[in-house]
Amino acid sequence: MRALRAIVVAVSVAFAAAAGAVVFEQREFESEAQLTRYKTLIHELRCLVCQNQNLADSDADLAADLRREVYRMIVDGKSDDEVIDFMVARYGDFVLYRPPLKAKTVLLWIGPFVLGASAIVLLIVQLRRRRTAQPKATPLSAEEHARLHALLENDDA
Amino acid sequence: MIRYLLPLGIFIVLVALLGVGLRLNPREVPSPLVGKPLPEFQLPQLRDPDKTLARADVIGRPLLLNAWATWCVECRREHPVLVDIARQGNILLYGLNYKDQRREALEWLQRLGNPYVASGFDGDGRVGIDMGVYGLPETFLVDARGVIVHKHIGPISREIWARDFVPIIERLGRGDS
Repeated sequence: MRALRAIVVAVSVAFAAAAGAVVFEQREFESEAQLTRYKTLIHELRCLVCQNQNLADSDADLAADLRREVYRMIVDGKSDDEVIDFMVARYGDFVLYRPPLKAKTVLLWIGPFVLGASAIVLLIVQLRRRRTAQPKATPLSAEEHARLHALLENDDA
Repeated sequence: MIRYLLPLGIFIVLVALLGVGLRLNPREVPSPLVGKPLPEFQLPQLRDPDKTLARADVIGRPLLLNAWATWCVECRREHPVLVDIARQGNILLYGLNYKDQRREALEWLQRLGNPYVASGFDGDGRVGIDMGVYGLPETFLVDARGVIVHKHIGPISREIWARDFVPIIERLGRGDS
């Protein structure tokens, strides 16, 4: 058991070094699966203090506390969903970097696709219209021919 | 005509949206706790570690729960307003002394006045997490049934107090919450 722990800790350190990430605390897990879950969770949860960082990247006090909570819950055998629910119940959906799809966030999720689709539709419509609206070269009538001729003649004079 | 007005229209809408976005305060994250019961807690009191302050001790009348700390600069700015609110006596104030030093916190109350009926001492910030505290000061307005009816993030100024709190407190006082 102890050997396994040592390996997991070593793996955690190596992983962090490889990713160039800062490790704020050393954590010991019973299994590698727990370590992976911990890493995933702290990367997906937002630090409320420094809002554009996740828990993994932030050295804010609150981020450290929340990492501790995530760690404690994982070691206690809580599921990922339970950890996420715990955070959302306290800090709202904002704590999630991937907000859930619900009535309030529908625009956020499908907005870009709607915009993209309407842009494509608009483009197609425009292209079609341009093609059909292309003025056909109508031949000059005899009268116009004569006028053109006269103008050219005049110019020469 | 519409060919020229359409891009202009889109531009104006965009500017309006961005303008509204600029005015929003990203620090004010809407709390999911508003409308929910105040979370259970039990903390040693700041003044006397042998006594506890728990949810059950504070519920029963409308109250303010103010998360504060001596290391929080904005709390210093807010403090005189809280002292005033306590003096007016329309509502009870409780403190959540968040991740602070007990000695410094007591000194602060001695020097600046103590607006709180009692403060819970949340040394490791665990209760703060349950309350969704992320940026001090934060103030919860809780009704007599123990439901959080309003949360304010950042220092309460006299203007904010009059605008955001007083109407709710008056409504609570009339009993039609």
